[in-house]
Amino acid sequence: MFDTIKKFLPILLSLLFVIACGGFDGPQSTFDTHGPVAKEQADLFYLILWAGMVVLVAVELAIIYIYIKFRRKKNSTRIPSQTHGNTKLEIMWTILPAIFLAIVSVPVLSAIWTIGTPPKNPDVVVNVHGHQYWFEFEYQDLDVVTANELHIPVGKKILINLYSNNVLHSFWIPKIAGKTDIIPNQGNYMWIQGDDVGMYYGQCAEFCGESHALMRFRVVVDTDEDFRAWISHQKSEAFVPNDPLEKSGYDIFMSSKAGCGGCHMINGSKKAKGKIGPNLTHFGSRQHMAAGILENNQVNLRNWIRNPDMIKPGNIMSGQAAVYMDPNKSLTESEVIALASYLQSLK
Amino acid sequence: MTTIPFKLPLNIKLYRPVSPTGVWGWLTTVDHKKIGVLYGVTAFIMFLTGGIEAMLIRTQLIAPELKIIAPEVYNQLFTMHATTMIFLAIMPLSAAFFNFIIPLQIGARDVAFPRLNAFSYWAFLAGALIMKSSWFLGGSPNAGWFGYAPITTATFNPGNGIDFWIIGLQVLGVASLAASFNFIVTIINLRAPGMTMMRLPLFTWMTFITAILLILAFPVITVALIELMLDRTFDFNFFNTKAGANPILWQHLFWIFGHPEVYILILPAMGIVSEVLPTFSRKPIFGYPAMVLAASFIAFMGWLVWSHHMFTTGLGPIANSVFTLTTMLIAIPTGVKMFNWLGTMWGGDIDFKTPTLFAVGFMSMFLIGGISGVMHSFSASDYQQQDTYFIVAHIHYVLFGGSIFGIFAGIYYWFPKITGRMYDEKLGKLNFWIMFIGQNLTFFPMHWVGMQGMPRRIFTYDSGMGWAFWNGFETIAAYAIAFGVLIFVINMIKSWTGGKKAGDDPWDGRTLEWSIPSPPPVYNFRDIPIVKSLDDFWHTKQKSSNSNTKVKSKTKVSDIHLPQPSYWPLLVAVGLTIAGFGIIYNLVFTGIGIGIMLITVCAWSFEPVNEPDSH
Ligand code: HEC
Ligand SMILES: [Cu+2]
Ligand SMILES: [Cu+2]
Repeated sequence: MFDTIKKFLPILLSLLFVIACGGFDGPQSTFDTHGPVAKEQADLFYLILWAGMVVLVAVELAIIYIYIKFRRKKNSTRIPSQTHGNTKLEIMWTILPAIFLAIVSVPVLSAIWTIGTPPKNPDVVVNVHGHQYWFEFEYQDLDVVTANELHIPVGKKILINLYSNNVLHSFWIPKIAGKTDIIPNQGNYMWIQGDDVGMYYGQCAEFCGESHALMRFRVVVDTDEDFRAWISHQKSEAFVPNDPLEKSGYDIFMSSKAGCGGCHMINGSKKAKGKIGPNLTHFGSRQHMAAGILENNQVNLRNWIRNPDMIKPGNIMSGQAAVYMDPNKSLTESEVIALASYLQSLK
Repeated sequence: MTTIPFKLPLNIKLYRPVSPTGVWGWLTTVDHKKIGVLYGVTAFIMFLTGGIEAMLIRTQLIAPELKIIAPEVYNQLFTMHATTMIFLAIMPLSAAFFNFIIPLQIGARDVAFPRLNAFSYWAFLAGALIMKSSWFLGGSPNAGWFGYAPITTATFNPGNGIDFWIIGLQVLGVASLAASFNFIVTIINLRAPGMTMMRLPLFTWMTFITAILLILAFPVITVALIELMLDRTFDFNFFNTKAGANPILWQHLFWIFGHPEVYILILPAMGIVSEVLPTFSRKPIFGYPAMVLAASFIAFMGWLVWSHHMFTTGLGPIANSVFTLTTMLIAIPTGVKMFNWLGTMWGGDIDFKTPTLFAVGFMSMFLIGGISGVMHSFSASDYQQQDTYFIVAHIHYVLFGGSIFGIFAGIYYWFPKITGRMYDEKLGKLNFWIMFIGQNLTFFPMHWVGMQGMPRRIFTYDSGMGWAFWNGFETIAAYAIAFGVLIFVINMIKSWTGGKKAGDDPWDGRTLEWSIPSPPPVYNFRDIPIVKSLDDFWHTKQKSSNSNTKVKSKTKVSDIHLPQPSYWPLLVAVGLTIAGFGIIYNLVFTGIGIGIMLITVCAWSFEPVNEPDSH
């Protein structure tokens, strides 16, 4: 047995080492918290983690001790005393865990209520709509609709209402708050608060179909001014571009042959009024595209427009848009380039 | 030999099989031991297919952004892996033990309803074939083993996969229900004289509780599946969100079944461990009444915790508090079991043979699963763990380190009894250590990546997430598990065909199955034993080793009447299979299948248990 322990010690040590190197602050680490909700959840986790570790180590040590102490010696015919139990001991190991659980349930219950009670006067209310496979953000009372990049002001309480008109999703920003499911015909809510300016990863956490793995988003925690500036910019409408390439992209986008406007909204345009896909009015101002899976740059954008299914299998754009369904309507390479440069001009 | 007592439309004469041999012997058997072997071998093959699915899943995740397996196929793989392991491997492997061991442990000649028992097996096989055939008939179910509506409805899932899943599970449910009723009646009615309930071996007790849980739990999922089937096949609106349904209904139904199901999966393994530890420690189980009570309490509480799978569905703080508390409560009886096992070994003279190793492995793994279970019973912090790899780690510690290790302990423990031969101890130990190390290296890091924010059920992940190293590591460790299982298979085949003769009682056993020859004769016990205490056989041995007298058998073998083989259970299951496929493809076949079932069930009920002139 000692030999086996010795064998495993290096493995165990290197394990710990790598965990340490891997770091506690990966992009979606629940240990690296930047908001009160995630912080409370992590604290609670540490509490039960350490308590659990004590039990774990105690019992595993007992098992190892038994292995060493009571192992049958060669050819032993010893008949151990036939004890059938020990009432006192058994009562003890029923009562002690019960007392322990009663004690820890106090912080647990209090956390359930803090996390579960929405703020009375939230500073911002965002209606989140889960789609297959992207998130839409609608700022209540601010008249802003955007997708896949959620901006919130730092240190403010945000109420998130969760809606879906399709399948289940779950809204999760590991560093800011644990998840809440999005359920059709049942409005859910959660509240979040970002304590540090920065960009955070978000992720759909309920299986929602073929490309569930690729349904992500970003949360941008802004200073108060930045947030207000962002909101007022988002409210502005898009203009028809002057640059010839961008203009030709605009024309293709609005054309009925490409049909982009049938699914995408561009505020200020009469032809792009669709609501099936993300609102693209300020697409160029987003740092990521396709639900947070790609950086928003020319190469990625062209790839997306050329063949969305290559990037996100089973998404609704490639599944329903005529340009991808009907080979006669396929986009030419120059159309793709024009479209991409138009879309990126939508700052 | 007689014909069946009424006329079939085609006027074919079907003869009752009297003492068929070869394939016919297996197809018509009603012997609980043969059925147990059938269950075991079939379920083990299913376990291997589920393992292959797992290896494919792990291969796709070995590095970030791989495209080895298409997303759609990946989703089918994780759905089928879980469905297979739960319904086609662990449950029927437990059923294999119920079948083979229970009558032997209670001193009976067979189960209460031998033909129903055969039917359970054939229905299980039918369900397994329906489920697995989906791979070859246009795609497997792809919505996860939990099948959360509305992604399972026709709107979002037009293919056939979900139908295979529904029908497969329904048929498996029929098999499980039939088996459970059979075992409850067997355990209540067929105990040998003196075998009171509180003298039952713990494995029998756990089977009894499991069977009760099954009977109460399966109707719930049956209702849910029927609703879903009506939605998909006949455009009903139980889960049609476009018509205003709240799909949360599915989750409640599923988990009211699903949580007791967890205990259906783990209690038999706990029962096995409670047999192995006393035998190899040469001590009785520590705190027998507490063990029975704890299991009953767990089984009861299993009904009051289902929403801990739904903490993030917006049930509100009150419900979350209640389900947090009830879930935490289950830790107490589970702890009692753990401590009593330690108490059993304490002071014993423990022989660490392969079964003991697996039993102790069970304890140390299940402990980790239990502790992580208490961790996510804290609903507030579970918001961070729900649907992440942390949960994947938890369930594999419970179901692989737990149930499967328990089942492996049982296979090694009873192998000599079942086959009459001894397994290879060296290979057994090697098998244990590889699986034990592989299990920990595969599943322990999943706790970590889960807390690092890796969600479940994703076919790929980005390289920048900090999950790549551990995922590669886990995959390689998973291959090690596969290698361990390979060693097990080699050991089984080698030992079954050429192992040493085991003798009747190789472990100095404590329970009745060790008092009869290995493999047991068809009639099990020549004389029905009279039981005077818990572990009666062991005490008898202790006494008689002093006086050295062997009691002469009073019964003549030719006087023992056993139920005769029958075609009908198999034929009813054939009808069930046709009816099932009919729902997927064409309702005409459902009609035909039901017709076959009606006829064969009638024929079955007119068939006497024994032909009057056959002996
Ligand atoms: C059938 C409706 C439909 C049509 C037509 C359509 N799209 Fe889309 N589009 C979508 C959907 C849905 C998404 C979101 C995909 C996802 O992330 O799952 C999307 C996403 C996008 C995105 C990424 C948006 C973001 O916020 O990351 C761009 C850019 C885009 N589409 C451009 C176009 C262009 C250009 C056209 C015309 C050639 C077009 N779309 C036609 C439905 C459509
Ligand atoms: Cu999703
Ligand atoms: Cu549960």
